[in-house]
Amino acid sequence: MSVNTLMDFDEALGKYEPVLGIETHIELGTASKMFCGCRTEFGAEPNTQVCPVCLGLPGALPVTNHAAIEGIIKIGLALNCDIVEWCRFARKNYFYPDMPKNFQISQYDEPLCVDGHLDVEVEGETYRIEIERVHMEEDTGKSLHVGGATGRIHGAEFSLVDYNRAGIPLVEIVTKPIPATGAKAPLVARAYATELRELVRSLGVSDVRMEEGSMRCDVNVSLMPRGASEWGTRTETKNVNSLRSVERSVRSEIERQAGVLSAGGRIVQETRHFHEDTGRTTSGRSKEEAQDYRYFPEPDLVPMAPSREWVEELRASLPELPAARRRRIQGEWGLSDLELRDVVNAGAVDLIEATIAAGADAGAARKWWMNELSRRATAQGAELADLPITPEQVARVQAMITAGELNDKLARQVFEGVLAGEGTPDEVVAARGLKVVSDEGELASIVDEVIAGNAAVADKVRAGKVAAAGALVGAVMKATRGQADAGRARELILERLGAS
Amino acid sequence: MDLVRKGAAELGELIAAGETSAVEVARAHLDRIAAVDGEVRAFLHVDRDTTLAQAREVDRRRAAGEDLGPLAGVPIAHKDVFTTRDMPTTAGSKILEGWRPPYDSTVTARLRARGLVILGKTNMDEFAMGSSTENSAFGPSHNPWDLRRVPGGSSGGSSAAVAAYQAPLSTGTDTGGSIRQPAAVTGIVGMKPTYGGSSRYGVIAFASSLDTPGPFARNVLDAALLHEVFSGHDAMDSTSVDAPVPPVVEAARRADVNGLRVGVVKQFAGEGAEPGVAARFDEAVELLESLGAKVVEVSCPHFSYALSAYYLIAPSEASSNLARFDAMRYGLRVGDDGTRSAEEVMALTRAEGFGPEVKRRIMLGTYALSSGYYDAYYGKAQQVRTLVKRDFDTAFEQVDVLVSPTTPTTAFPIGERVDDPMAMYLADLYTIPANLTGNAAISVPCGLADGLPVGLQIMAPVLGDDRAYRVAAAVERALEDRWSGPLLAQAPEL
Repeated sequence: MSVNTLMDFDEALGKYEPVLGIETHIELGTASKMFCGCRTEFGAEPNTQVCPVCLGLPGALPVTNHAAIEGIIKIGLALNCDIVEWCRFARKNYFYPDMPKNFQISQYDEPLCVDGHLDVEVEGETYRIEIERVHMEEDTGKSLHVGGATGRIHGAEFSLVDYNRAGIPLVEIVTKPIPATGAKAPLVARAYATELRELVRSLGVSDVRMEEGSMRCDVNVSLMPRGASEWGTRTETKNVNSLRSVERSVRSEIERQAGVLSAGGRIVQETRHFHEDTGRTTSGRSKEEAQDYRYFPEPDLVPMAPSREWVEELRASLPELPAARRRRIQGEWGLSDLELRDVVNAGAVDLIEATIAAGADAGAARKWWMNELSRRATAQGAELADLPITPEQVARVQAMITAGELNDKLARQVFEGVLAGEGTPDEVVAARGLKVVSDEGELASIVDEVIAGNAAVADKVRAGKVAAAGALVGAVMKATRGQADAGRARELILERLGAS
Repeated sequence: MDLVRKGAAELGELIAAGETSAVEVARAHLDRIAAVDGEVRAFLHVDRDTTLAQAREVDRRRAAGEDLGPLAGVPIAHKDVFTTRDMPTTAGSKILEGWRPPYDSTVTARLRARGLVILGKTNMDEFAMGSSTENSAFGPSHNPWDLRRVPGGSSGGSSAAVAAYQAPLSTGTDTGGSIRQPAAVTGIVGMKPTYGGSSRYGVIAFASSLDTPGPFARNVLDAALLHEVFSGHDAMDSTSVDAPVPPVVEAARRADVNGLRVGVVKQFAGEGAEPGVAARFDEAVELLESLGAKVVEVSCPHFSYALSAYYLIAPSEASSNLARFDAMRYGLRVGDDGTRSAEEVMALTRAEGFGPEVKRRIMLGTYALSSGYYDAYYGKAQQVRTLVKRDFDTAFEQVDVLVSPTTPTTAFPIGERVDDPMAMYLADLYTIPANLTGNAAISVPCGLADGLPVGLQIMAPVLGDDRAYRVAAAVERALEDRWSGPLLAQAPEL
């Protein structure tokens, strides 16, 4: 069965209603692994953060990392879940070279956190995403398949395995099916992943970097004919490693499935792989021939029974969560819904808040980050937060503006210099000689020169065409290489021409 | 001075008194091993130099004034299921032949810390699956009472070594009877501590919820001294009990049963035991009564299902525990010629590296855990486990200890049961209930049947290990009086 005709997205949505489901894996940022004392630094030399336990050597036994359990409970609480009073780890048995024990310690029918929800907003509408479960497990090692066309194990000449990642604490967050999102399905999926990332980041339990794999999404999509009540067969798309890919993979899978269904085909329940380059999914292993994981309670570990006191302690320790924070800053900064959304989508909330904390007013802080700096970030293809400038430096530039030492145009040059690595704002101002010309006598004589040299324009202003003064201001600015205070220059021109 | 005939406590005292040294004692035992192990085949690995170096180090530490406890300098034979940094560890399997672990098991580390000198690694049924050592990939060990017979299993190398005076002490692990049954059929003492009372860290796993390391010795006090050395909480084993070690040495010294209530398990009284074993058991019960114990019959109706439940639970856990032997990181690798996939190499390695009994149990366990069968097999077996625990709980409301024969028969001839797994499994009929529930249980010699040793099993509550030692020591003392010495003295000279 290979029907490759895609259906146009809008047409697909006219005929079918998508149902989503999202499983998200998040690596916790604990200092040590889930069941041993090994370090968890990203990017270390392969197989240097390993021990008998995470290598699955004969005789080695797991011991639960308390900090990881604390982390998952915080996530569960932030997702409005119930934290169960008693649960167990289970072994998920399957053979794969990057799984040292050939079973993964996970949870099966007794997850630690259940029945939560997360509200996300798409184009002014709120969608409540129900959370089925949040459970604790360990990550696998990482395989590198060398040779062969696909980068997968099949067809590879040989494979290398790095066990540094094996045993890193992994939290899996599983949504309930998400129906009734219609044409917004791709956006809802993206908004969920975005909100979840923000939420987990705010808890400080993971760096949730999708590009480094510390947050990974598997996206389930099924279609049913509009008006139908029975859900269709779903596929699970893995390898979705950016927020944009979450959106694109849903869109692509809707188009593909609609094409298959409308051609009279049948959706195969299977794992699919998302390809960033083409934006399309391809078939992986079929779930219909999926292995039997032979789950059973992990006999090497005792049950988890978090005390109610501990859970309440953790609940009380939760920081301000993103949704509440957004409501707060919207009020404090006086933002419209649209402005708030832009700030959030740009990833600018922390930056603006820190800039305000460093002394800038809310309006100015937002202006610089959302306009000048966002533009430069976009031009470089960088995240705003990754620009080599600090909120304190932005606040310093604004302070110079307030003090009349810089104008907006000069400030933009200061930012350019800071981003180019020329030093702090003060250093850039000094090195580039960017101070506003505020010496009244010097400015007055330049104004006089400009009036003398532009007699025709000056006459028009004298005759009452005040708008023409703009050309004179421009000439003053040109003469001062932009360092004059344009407002003051205008005042002086109008004064001298008797038009004020 | 015939050092190899002496017990561990006595050797410890002689070394402490400076009348001999750890080196001298080690050398005597190494010589004994060299003399008799060609016939007994208790050891898989002996390395004279490593052992003597350990002994020298103990003598040095003692001379430097370190207090190493009562067993400092005493040699020990170590079951090949415990990881050892300085010796290979195979668990009796070809799949691990030549593997040198990079770490010591907790038991190994504690032996070293208290100055015991490891003589070598002892033979065992592959991955501790068996009751005779015939499932060892390296051939069976032989019973010193009759070399044509098995020394029990799975810890048969350890029982044979102690019975053959190759070591005064040895370690074992007991999953379904693997310490008590070999102790019984070789005429020595073997103890299965409370589950979690001794650490499993570095014990190559057979069935995680059942495996329990424990001691072998030629007398009850020696076993208790060794028990005390390696038991106690271990942060590396999550299932380790965080409680003080029961006062086992004190109990072994106390050795009285006056006023103690002893329960005879009705279901085990007649079931399956051969006449000689049944006769010795009955005499042991009479002896206990004559020593002042109050004997009552108690009913444990679910003990009859324990064996069946065990043969679902243990293989299930084993099927998962043994999955790691896949040729990727250590051990045997077969067929890696550059043309085969990882999966093919895994399959070829496991086909060649595992013996038939291990494969049988992996298949049993895989089946029992399969989707659609789990509830009927593994799930049901866990329910039986709960019922067996209830039987124990009820029984221990009425009595202080329970007694039974340790094993239904005396040592059987090598080869007799290898083609009949069910007959082999029945060797653990009486020992399995205590494994399912984690109870403490000991086997102590109680006489001969047709010239072969018979063991008495004493089962105690969880963390009531001291009670088992106390009763065992009382039986031992009374019988030694009757026999004018230990039962083992009646064994033929090798």
